[in-house]
Amino acid sequence: MDEFLAARMQMAVSLGFHIVFACIGMVMPWFMFVAEWKWLRTKNPVYLDLAKAWAKGVAIFFAVGAVSGTVLSFELGMLWPTFMQHAGPIFGMPFSWEGTAFFVEAIALGLFLYGWKRLNKWVHLYTGMVVGISGVLSGIFVVSANAWMNAPSGFDWIDGQAFNIDPVKAMFNKAWFSQAHHMTIAAFSATGFAVAGVHAVLYMKNKLEIHAKAITIALAFASVAAVLQPISGDLAAKNVAKLQPAKLAAFESHFKTEERASLIIGGIPDVENREVKYAIKLPGFLSFLAHGDFNAEVKGLEEFPEEEWPPVPITHYSFQLMVGIGMFLMLIAALFFAGTYKWKHWFEKKWWLRLLAIATPLGFIAVEAGWVVTEVGRQPWIIYGIMKTKDSLTPMPGIQYTFYTITAVYVILTFVVTWLLSRQIQLLQSKYLKNG
Amino acid sequence: MAEANLIILVICLMLYVLLGGADFGGGILELLSRGKASKIVSRAIAPVWEANHVWLILVVVILFVGFPSVYSTVLTALHIPVLLVLLGIIARGSAFTFRHYDIDEERPKAIYSAIFRYSSVFTTFFLGVTVGGLILGEITMDYQLGFYQVYIHPWLNWFSVSMGLFMVLLFAFLAGIFTVSEIEDKDYIIYFTRMTKRLLISLVVMGAIVFATAKVAGHPLLKDFINSPISVACIVIATLALPAFWYFLNKNKGNWLRLTAGLQTTLIVTGWFAIQFPVLVKTKSGHDITIQAAKAPEQVQLFLLIALIVGVLIIFPAMGYLYKTFKFSEEPES
Ligand code: HDD
Ligand code: HEM
Ligand code: HEM
Repeated sequence: MDEFLAARMQMAVSLGFHIVFACIGMVMPWFMFVAEWKWLRTKNPVYLDLAKAWAKGVAIFFAVGAVSGTVLSFELGMLWPTFMQHAGPIFGMPFSWEGTAFFVEAIALGLFLYGWKRLNKWVHLYTGMVVGISGVLSGIFVVSANAWMNAPSGFDWIDGQAFNIDPVKAMFNKAWFSQAHHMTIAAFSATGFAVAGVHAVLYMKNKLEIHAKAITIALAFASVAAVLQPISGDLAAKNVAKLQPAKLAAFESHFKTEERASLIIGGIPDVENREVKYAIKLPGFLSFLAHGDFNAEVKGLEEFPEEEWPPVPITHYSFQLMVGIGMFLMLIAALFFAGTYKWKHWFEKKWWLRLLAIATPLGFIAVEAGWVVTEVGRQPWIIYGIMKTKDSLTPMPGIQYTFYTITAVYVILTFVVTWLLSRQIQLLQSKYLKNG
Repeated sequence: MAEANLIILVICLMLYVLLGGADFGGGILELLSRGKASKIVSRAIAPVWEANHVWLILVVVILFVGFPSVYSTVLTALHIPVLLVLLGIIARGSAFTFRHYDIDEERPKAIYSAIFRYSSVFTTFFLGVTVGGLILGEITMDYQLGFYQVYIHPWLNWFSVSMGLFMVLLFAFLAGIFTVSEIEDKDYIIYFTRMTKRLLISLVVMGAIVFATAKVAGHPLLKDFINSPISVACIVIATLALPAFWYFLNKNKGNWLRLTAGLQTTLIVTGWFAIQFPVLVKTKSGHDITIQAAKAPEQVQLFLLIALIVGVLIIFPAMGYLYKTFKFSEEPES
């Protein structure tokens, strides 16, 4: 494997690992908050048990999220020193705010996890909310830094140097908002379906009230998110069409510039012959998606020199995967709303619980795919239109070996966390059965 | 403005050494003590807050925002020891948490403990090696010199290795202080007081070795020290505080003990910083990276400073509240 590919893969593995813990860290505090609030309101002890059970898992996720994040803040410089040397002062501001948000999150989480008896219960509830708010804020800050890589602004680039740096303008770049809302919604959707799925599996085995309550809380959040997701994604796509037309063309394997361009569903992109085989085409829909008008012109990849194309097939498949999952999750959300309103009886049915079980990993798969779309779709640029990824690579040889090492460590860690969590769930389950 | 940010950076570094040091040192101390004693350490450090490495993250963020060329150069030249530190951080951070939260009592806990302890030593050692590489001045940006000269030699030398050992002893010592002032069992207070004393003596000896290896490596560390009035003052005060420290240790005065140990550690860091200033990274060619050369534009420094100050105004009261809740509230928690 060559050095450059190894460095990109190492970055992808490290970020792909971290994002799972980051999503859970942003969203689980809200679930715990609702559970505790329900307990305070209804005095049903099941809610308290649920909040406490979740808190145990969150502590583990938080710690692993924190170490993997620490690793990332070094990795950026170990792999892409030239990039960081120029970008650091420009896009660094959100990172410094993120530091504050993390800190507040960690403090509030400490109070929440160990303060059940020590704090007044409303104060305790409030600390849970602070964890949630600061978690979401820290997510938004990092994403804003990433958005700057897609839509660099707040500086003048003269002869390979940045001048007139304006950190505020860089932070509120043209992509930050569209990425921030889409990512935040995605975190709720992914975590919500994952939690609901796990509890659905447990509920099938054992009809405990705690699982039913857990499913309802998680699905309520996830379903709202899943309905908003395609709308938010559509806004994101329109923004990409404006800012990074080559990326949008790669999403859709759209080779030729056309008016009334077709939306492509499925298919195998053939980059050499500049066509997509075996795809379903919906004429005009791509124009509508990208520009809100069925007859608008959509730039194709042919407008750009071939060496500036992102890897088309990976971007295309990942985009399709994300959108496909988005549609599927929206369907489940619709069923959930229907069920809450009218057909309550089928909430106990096997097929519904099975459906939830199937959806367990889907949100996270979509999150990973979405990031591949964003990051691979930006290639060959590390700072879009300004600096190429390959020009910022570390001069140190042997990155393959660091890549293998980091990957092995994260694979092992994934297994251990999964094992630990499944045991915790089993033990909790048996404790619960004894009590009730 | 850049200077203000640099001072905050040094403060973060000190807090990392003090708070993170007690935490990393806990693992080392567990390894040094046997049987029940190591259980006592692990109980004493349990409330030490795993999120202490936020101080390290702050250091990193201030570096890449305010002094980007320092960040890039250091992480290129010292890529390997930093990677080893990171692997250690992953291992000990996760093992610590797993040990704390695994419901099963015995079997996996022994494994987590072993990983936690050995990786605490490993991480601390390479942290010291990295710092040694930073101070020694063998870092080069002339990539033609070959892999060994560019990526290995700056940190794999006797000076850096002795810095690594120094760091291990320092962190173990800080954890010793913490443990002594935290536990109540008389016998174990005596046990850990003795251990802390031994660690202090080894620390002083190791400090001498650090200076000696610097001399051998051709780095005039001692001369620099003597030439800087601030470092001399730091050393003098640190030495004068030793008898007081010894007294507090014998009398088991928890808070005073922590205070003097904290003061001494702070003095070591300040003394080092005073001789380094205004150079941030010493390099082989002599074209050292100074504050002047490394600092990002004023505008950036200003926003960084604002972010840091606002951060401090939010964080410190919150931390105070956390501390108050857990230190001064009666109710023990299972
Ligand atoms: C649960 C996860 C999830 C789901 C169901 C979707 N997305 Fe997404 N998407 C993400 C999770 C995600 C993400 C991981 O959060 C990304 C990566 C970067 C970002 O800001 O959000 C993303 C990026 C992303 C981008 C690229 C933004 C950029 O490069 O700046 C576009 C155009 C879309 N999405 C569009 C959609 C559409 C039209 C969806 C239709 C259903 C959709 N997404 C569902
Ligand atoms: C956590 C969610 C994220 C995931 C899963 C992710 C995924 C990826 C992937 C797959 C790549 C490799 C792209 C390629 O080289 O083909 C990559 C590269 C990179 N990402 Fe991200 N990314 C995430 C967020 C971020 C954020 C928030 C930042 C910075 C603020 C960032 C900075 C980078 C950098 C510097 C590279 C290397 C250069 C490049 O390949 O363009 N990423 N990421
Ligand atoms: C879109 C991508 C990202 C999101 C949404 C995100 C979000 C989060 C969240 C919510 C946490 C809190 C930990 C938890 O609850 O588990 C966290 C931790 C952390 N993240 Fe990320 N992150 C992302 C990418 C990055 C990148 C690219 C870096 C580094 C450059 C980074 C650095 C960190 C650090 C240092 C921590 C630990 C902070 C602490 O211990 O207090 N993150 N991240």
